[in-house]
Amino acid sequence: MNFPVLSVITFTPMVAALIMLMMPAQRRNETRAVALASATFALILSIWVYFSYDQAAAGYQFVEKYNWLPALGISLHFGVDGMSAPLVLLTGVVMFTGVLISWGDEDPHVKAGIQDRPREFFAFLFLLAGGVFGVFVSLDLFMLFFFYEIAVFPMYLLIAIWGWVVTREYAAMKLTLYLFIGSVVSLVGVLAMYWLQYKNTGVLSFDMLVMESAGFSQTFQNIWFLPVFLGFAVLGGIWPFHNWSPDGHVAAPTAVSMFHAGVLMKLGAFAALRVGVMLLPEGAKQWSWLIMTFAGIAVVYGAYIAFVQTDMKYMIGFSSVSHMGLVMLGVSTLNQTGLTGAGVQMFSHGVMTALFFAVTGMIYDRAHTRMIPELGGMMKIMPFAGIGFIIGGLVSMGMPGFSGFVAEFPIFMGVWQEQWLVAVIASISIVITAAYIMMNIRKVFFADLPEKLEGHVGDITVLDKVAIVTLCLLMTGIGLFPGLMVPMVQTGVENILRLLGGA
Amino acid sequence: MDFISTHLLSTILFFPAIAALVILFLPKEEMKLHKWFALVASLIPFALSLVLWFNFKTARAGYQFEEIYPWYTAIGSSLHLGVDGLSLSMVLLTTFLTPLAILASFNINDRTKAYMMLFLFLETGMLGVFMSIDLLVFFVFWEIGLVPMYFLINQWGSANRNYASLKFMIYTMGGSLGLLLAVQLLGVLFKTYDLQVITAQWSVYTDAIGGIPAATFKTVAFWAFVIAFAVKVPLWPFHTWLPDAHTEAPTAGSMILAGVLLKLGAYGFLRLILPLYPAEAKYFAGALAFLAVAAIVFGAFASYAQTDFKRLVAYSSVNHMGFVVLGIAAAAFAAGTDDARIALNGAILQMFNHGLSAAGMFFLVGVIYERTHTRNLEEFGGLFPLVPVYGGILIFTSMASLGLPGLNGFISEFLVVRGAFGVGVNTVPAMAIYTAVAMLGLLFTGAYILKGIKKVLHGPMNEHWAHGEHKLTEINTREIIVMVPLMVLILWIGLYPAWILDVINKAVVMLF
Repeated sequence: MNFPVLSVITFTPMVAALIMLMMPAQRRNETRAVALASATFALILSIWVYFSYDQAAAGYQFVEKYNWLPALGISLHFGVDGMSAPLVLLTGVVMFTGVLISWGDEDPHVKAGIQDRPREFFAFLFLLAGGVFGVFVSLDLFMLFFFYEIAVFPMYLLIAIWGWVVTREYAAMKLTLYLFIGSVVSLVGVLAMYWLQYKNTGVLSFDMLVMESAGFSQTFQNIWFLPVFLGFAVLGGIWPFHNWSPDGHVAAPTAVSMFHAGVLMKLGAFAALRVGVMLLPEGAKQWSWLIMTFAGIAVVYGAYIAFVQTDMKYMIGFSSVSHMGLVMLGVSTLNQTGLTGAGVQMFSHGVMTALFFAVTGMIYDRAHTRMIPELGGMMKIMPFAGIGFIIGGLVSMGMPGFSGFVAEFPIFMGVWQEQWLVAVIASISIVITAAYIMMNIRKVFFADLPEKLEGHVGDITVLDKVAIVTLCLLMTGIGLFPGLMVPMVQTGVENILRLLGGA
Repeated sequence: MDFISTHLLSTILFFPAIAALVILFLPKEEMKLHKWFALVASLIPFALSLVLWFNFKTARAGYQFEEIYPWYTAIGSSLHLGVDGLSLSMVLLTTFLTPLAILASFNINDRTKAYMMLFLFLETGMLGVFMSIDLLVFFVFWEIGLVPMYFLINQWGSANRNYASLKFMIYTMGGSLGLLLAVQLLGVLFKTYDLQVITAQWSVYTDAIGGIPAATFKTVAFWAFVIAFAVKVPLWPFHTWLPDAHTEAPTAGSMILAGVLLKLGAYGFLRLILPLYPAEAKYFAGALAFLAVAAIVFGAFASYAQTDFKRLVAYSSVNHMGFVVLGIAAAAFAAGTDDARIALNGAILQMFNHGLSAAGMFFLVGVIYERTHTRNLEEFGGLFPLVPVYGGILIFTSMASLGLPGLNGFISEFLVVRGAFGVGVNTVPAMAIYTAVAMLGLLFTGAYILKGIKKVLHGPMNEHWAHGEHKLTEINTREIIVMVPLMVLILWIGLYPAWILDVINKAVVMLF
C-alpha cells in the first residue's frame, strides 16, 4: 500500500478545520498560520499528484479503496485521472491563494481581508475545500454525493455571515435552494441508476467503475440523462439555471467568491461530466444538442450581461457564466478536441476568475466600493493588482499566449466538428468580452483617481502579491506551454471517449 | 555560436521578449538605463537579421533557416519558423525600425520601464507573424501584437487616447474574429496547422462541409481572411480606426504602427490569401482592386482635407497602402504572368518603402509636435528659416512619400502601376481603368504632400515661433541619428533598388 496521498489531501483541510475550531478565538494570527500551513501542505501534495501522474499509463491512479458501508456497496474509493488531476491542483491553488488574500491587514484604517472571526471563517472554508477535493477524487457515486453536499453547505454560512451586508441573506438563501434542488434532482437519478444496476447485475454497488459497465438501456439513459446532468450543471452555472450564481458571487466574501467561481462551478461541470456523460453516455449523445444550445446561449448571453454591469463583481460573475458556458459547450461536443478544451478551460477559468475576484476584493476592501464608475486610478495605487487584473483580462478575452486561448481554441474546434453555426455564434462573445474587460481596466485602473478615494486607499499586502503572482504564472505558463496540461487532460478524455463508444 | 547559427530565427524572435523580462527586474527609477538597455537589446536582433540577410540563399526555393518545435501537439500545431524572400524583407524592416523607434522614444520620461517592455514585446509579436509557417502560431502572434500596441496608445497617447485605443482594439479583434473561425475550420479539416500542408490541400478542397458546398464555405472563409487583413492594412472602408490610432499614439508608436503593423495585413494577403484561395482571389480580384483604388483616391482626398499634421500623414498611409493592395489584386487577376510578378514585386517593395517613409514622416511630425505642442497646420507656417535642417529632412522624406524619382517610393509605385496596367492591357481590361484612376489618386498624393510642406515650412512666418519662450529649436542630434538611417535607405533603394528587389523577385517567382 502506497502513501494514501488522495485521502490525505482530502482530509487535510477538514482536520485543519477541526484544529482551528479548537484554538482560542483571540489567537487570530495563529489560526491563520494553521490555515496557511495546511493549505500549503495540500497544495504541495496536489502538485506532487499532478506531476507524478503517469500519463503514459493513464487511467485512474493513486487509487485507494476502503469499505465504508459494504451492505449497500458503498466504499471510500479514491483515484484521479487526467480530467480530475488538474482540478485537484486547481483546488490546491485556490485554497492556498484564498488563505493568502484572506489574511488581510489588521490595521484598523485598512481592515482588508477577513478580520471578523477568522477562526470560524477558515474552518468553514476548509470544510468546503475538503468537500471539493473529495468530489474530484471520488470514484464512488455515494461518496461523490456526500462530498458534494459537504462542499455546498458551508457556502450558506460563509455568505450569510461574512458576506456583503446588503444582499447576503438573499443571496445565501437563493444559492442554497438552487443548489439543493439541483442536487436532489441528480440524487433521484443517481438512485435510479443504483437500483437498475442492482437489477441488471445483482451487485449492490455505488462504485462508478462498476456502474460504467452496468449496461443501462437506451430508454433509461434517455430519460435519466437530463435530470442527472442538469442537476449537477446547476452548480456549473449553466443557462437558464445560472441566476443564483452572480448573486452568490457578489454577496460572498472575497475568498469565498474565489472558491465559488474558481472551484465550485467546476465541481458542477465535473460532476455533470463524470456522472452524466460518463455513466449515461448514450443519453449524452441523445441530448447533446440541448446542452449545446443551452451552453451556446450562456456563452453569448453571459458576455452580454457582463458587458452592461456597473458592479465589478457582477461583471465577473456574469463573465463566469459565459466562460462556464464554454466548458459546457466543450462537454456537449462529446469529441476529443472539445472535451480536451473543456478540461483545460475548467482549470484556466478557475485560476483566472479566482484572480479576478481576489483583485476585486482587494479593491473593495480599500475603496469600499465596487461600482466601476466610482473607481479609478488603481494602477498607481496597487500596480501589482492592476497587472494581475490585466493578465486575467487577457486570459478572459482568449488572447493567445495565455491559458484562455489554449482552452477556448480546442473547444471551438470541437464545436466546428459538430455544428459550425454554434461556433460562429459563440465567437461573438470574444469581442464582447474584449470590450467589457478593456473598458473595465481602463476605468478602474487607468482613469484618474476620484477625489473621494484620495488618501485613504493604500497598496495591497505582500501576501496578496504572492497570491497574484502565483495565479498569473499558472495562466501564462499554460498559455505559452500547452504541453504542461493538455496531454494530461487528453488521457482523461480518452477514457470518456472509450465510454462513448470510441467516437 | 553553434547554437545561434542553428537557432537564428528563434533567437531573433525571442530576444526582444527576453530582454523585456530583464527590464522588469531593473530598478524603476533608472530611466536612462531602461532606454539604453532597450536600445541595445533591439540592436542585437537587427544585427542578427543582417546575418540572416547575408546568409540567405536567394536562389533556393522554399523556406530557409527552418526550425520546428512542438507547441500545441494536441491540435497539431507546432512552433514552425522559417523565412523566404518575402518574410525576410519584412523581418529586416521590423528589426531595423524598432531600434529607431526606441531611440525616438528617448524623450519619454513617464514609466519608461513599462514603455520599453511593451515595445520589445511588440517587436516579438510582429516578428512572429512574419516568421511563422504554422497557421495557429501565425494567429497567436497576430493577436499578441495588439496588446502592447493597445497599452502604448492608451497610456502614452495624447488627449483622445482612450477612444482611439479601444477603437483600435475592437476593430482589429472584431476583424480577426472571422479569421479565427476560418483558422479553426482549417484545423478541424486537416488536423494540422502546418501552412504548407494546408496550402496544398485547401486550395483544391472540394468536399462539402456540414452539408454546405465547399465553394460557399471557401468564399465565406475567403472574405473572413480578407476582412481580417483589410482592417489591418487598412483598406477602405475598414480604415477608420487608423487616423484615430495614429493621431493619438505616441510618436514611436505611430512609427511602428505605420511602419510595421500595417504591413502585417498586407503580408497576410500575400502569405495566406493568395496561396490559400487562388480561385476566390481571382474571382474577387475586381472587388479588391476597387477597394484598393478607393483607398488610394479617398485616402489622398481625405489627407488633403486635414488640418492636423499627424492626421494628414495618417491618411497618407491609407493612400500608400492602397497601392500594395492594388498590386496584389492585379497579381490575383493574372497569377503566373510577368505582369503579375512585376505588380507583386512592386507591392512588396512598396510595403518596405512605406515602412521607411511613413516611420520617418511620423517621427518628423513628432519632432515638431514636441516643440510646439500643436499639430494644427494653420498654426505653423514659414518655419524653414527657423529650422533649416529640420526643413531639409522633412522635404526629403516628403519627397520619398510623394514618389519622386530617385527616391524609393517611385520605384515601388512605378512597379505596381506598370504591373497593374500590364494586367489591364494583357488580361483584364477593367484593371487598366482602375490603374488609370489610381494614377489620378497619385496626383492628389502630390497635392497633399505639398500642402503639408507648404503649411509647415513656407509662406509667411508665424512670428509666434520666432521669439521668446516659444522660439522653435532646431532638430537635435539624437533626432538626426534616428532620421539618417531612414534617409540613407530611402536614397539607396531609390538609386539602386537591385539589392532588395533581387531577394523579393526571387521569392515572387518561386511563390506565385
